[in-house]
Amino acid sequence: MTEQEASKKKPAGRAGRNLELPEHLKSYKGVWVFIEHDRGAVHQISWELLGEGRKLADSLGVALSGVLLGGPNEDLDDFAAEAFRYGADSCYVMRDPILKGYRNEPFTKGLTDLVNQHQPEIVLLGATTMGRDLAGSVATTLGTGLTADCTELRIDPASRALAATRPTFGGSLLCTIMTLAYRPQMATVRPRVMPMPARNEHRSGTIIEGTLGMIEADIVTKLLDFIPDASSNKVNLAYADVIVSGGKGLKKPENFQLVWDLAQVLGAEVGATRPVVQAGWVDAERQVGQTGKTVRPKLYIAAGISGAIQHRVGMEGADCIVAINTDPNAPIFDFAHYGIVGNALQVLPALTDAFRNHFAMKRQKAA
Amino acid sequence: MHIVVCIKQVPDSAQIRVHPVTNTIMRQGVPAIVNPYDLFALEEALRLKDKFGGRVTVLCMGPPQAEEALRKCVSFGVDDAILVTDRAFAGADTLATSYALAAAIRTIEAEQAVDIVFTGKQTIDGDTAQVGPGIAKRLNAQLLTYVSSIVELDLIGRWITIERRAEGGVQVLKTRLPCLITMLENTNELRFATMPDMIRAARFGVRKWNKDDAGIEDVSRIGLKGSPTVVSKVFGPTPRAEKAELVPTERATPRDMALNLVQMLFTKHPLLEAELLEKARL
Ligand SMILES: Cc1cc2nc3c(=O)[nH]c(=O)nc-3n(C[C@H](O)[C@H](O)[C@H](O)COP(=O)(O)OP(=O)(O)OC[C@H]3O[C@@H](n4cnc5c(N)ncnc54)[C@H](O)[C@@H]3O)c2cc1C
Repeated sequence: MTEQEASKKKPAGRAGRNLELPEHLKSYKGVWVFIEHDRGAVHQISWELLGEGRKLADSLGVALSGVLLGGPNEDLDDFAAEAFRYGADSCYVMRDPILKGYRNEPFTKGLTDLVNQHQPEIVLLGATTMGRDLAGSVATTLGTGLTADCTELRIDPASRALAATRPTFGGSLLCTIMTLAYRPQMATVRPRVMPMPARNEHRSGTIIEGTLGMIEADIVTKLLDFIPDASSNKVNLAYADVIVSGGKGLKKPENFQLVWDLAQVLGAEVGATRPVVQAGWVDAERQVGQTGKTVRPKLYIAAGISGAIQHRVGMEGADCIVAINTDPNAPIFDFAHYGIVGNALQVLPALTDAFRNHFAMKRQKAA
Repeated sequence: MHIVVCIKQVPDSAQIRVHPVTNTIMRQGVPAIVNPYDLFALEEALRLKDKFGGRVTVLCMGPPQAEEALRKCVSFGVDDAILVTDRAFAGADTLATSYALAAAIRTIEAEQAVDIVFTGKQTIDGDTAQVGPGIAKRLNAQLLTYVSSIVELDLIGRWITIERRAEGGVQVLKTRLPCLITMLENTNELRFATMPDMIRAARFGVRKWNKDDAGIEDVSRIGLKGSPTVVSKVFGPTPRAEKAELVPTERATPRDMALNLVQMLFTKHPLLEAELLEKARL
């Protein structure tokens, strides 16, 4: 029998794969968002996910819940209240001294137990160092599907399954992935890919408490220390409102100073393409793109950047993109909003001056 | 000490082109390489071997041609190389891949106990970072992802202290062996293979295991059948309808262009102007 004939005989799926949801999994209901917090603050990705989760829950006609794991003296109730304001109907809260500070083992058990007990159909996590670590472990423990770094989440009307779209092959292609015969359906999403939802001061919800059922002696890995990044000069590219980025078109590391100069005047963060990072002109934290950061600034200025797909996927969410490139056929002009076909080495300093003078004039007028 | 390093052979995606009409990957002529992130894991394993002695085994699941990737690793000085290859593995997603690799590692363990399993942070073709955590769970080994440095290893007490990248800082974790480490990029610099190493690699007998050799117990959990995720659609990114509005450049100096751009930007986005004005450092 050829492969084609075989697939005709079994319409359920290729290689005899069953793509029907088994009866016992049909009771799984609701959309969950894992709420990531650390040292007293919730990571903004969790609110972004609640916004997206709300849409999924509404199109399925089910509830949206947050999941909060943490220590007894952490502000989990405040975080839950905030989750309600961002769209959650309820929050599953697990408090235990063991859950203070992220460790894989207790968090995997905590989240897995909650899923088994309450049976959500969709579980979303941020594609952060915590979210990816946890999602991979929980999905394996539950034996279910997990789709990483999604850029779009929808409900497939035919199957009511989650259709998760993500870039693949370094961003050259997109693919839509579904988990048809298993529950829950799990996905991670990078920070800043989804917009922040509106906050509603008057929304509230219910808290459902859970218990971990582990003692510290059960846990093999100990958290000895947390060394915060020097908070003063930390690069916070993902959440920057204005970014000036430079690419290989700047030719020499010294020329990259022109990018810093413009960023200085604009009060902007500095970004870069991968070749620039690899050449050591700037720190890896500043790389924008598929293998770097996803950004969503109000203004993104790209100087000497070709606009390769791997860079594009990281910055096309910007409200306004300005490109400076000598090559009128550079792909960046296909998706930038404004452009200058010109030499960045000359245009950047001119732009720095033009902005500086413009602002000086405006301030003078205002005074 | 015995370390297993899991590697993957990937197409050099820097050189991948997408067919403009069919939206399929054009692999022809695209060289296959060892997933670059895995090399940081391999180097770290070799450094531990330099310091503590013992053995390093590289393990790869893939098609027969992935043997080349293993040979490349041999040239850096590993002791054993195993390619797990079988048609039954085709179409595996990360869950099915971690099942197969974990089974193979257990089979390796039957020959010699394993202290540490290394993987790279993620692959450059899939980018999921899910296989490492999957293997760790299946082996019941402690999982340490995004590890930036190994602070201390005590083979007698059987514990290890590492630093890992977390959001906004670095976690220092201490755990017991065996553990699985996914290594962060740019954590070390890969050594060069010497001529004798390369000759040794060319002659090296890479072991090839089919699914039975690898100790797969449940064939419904490997390959396409064992993969819960279903790829329903592959497509190219949609081009935006309109192109960038260009600043006139004819007989314009860079200064003219810059003034023009600022004018154009702020006429169309007055709100942006107000916001930038607040941030501006003159
Ligand atoms: C798996 C994978 C992941 C990747 N991830 C990323 C990623 O996360 N981020 C990323 O950025 N890239 C990534 N890349 C690399 C990406 O494919 C491109 O190679 C990269 O974005 C190109 O960078 P560039 O535009 O700086 O350099 P180039 O491609 O060299 O382009 C330079 C541009 O500058 C222009 N130019 C030259 N001189 C001047 C001048 N004087 N003034 C103005 N313009 C000038 C040229 O016309 C050209 O368009 C990845 C690649 C792979 C394979």
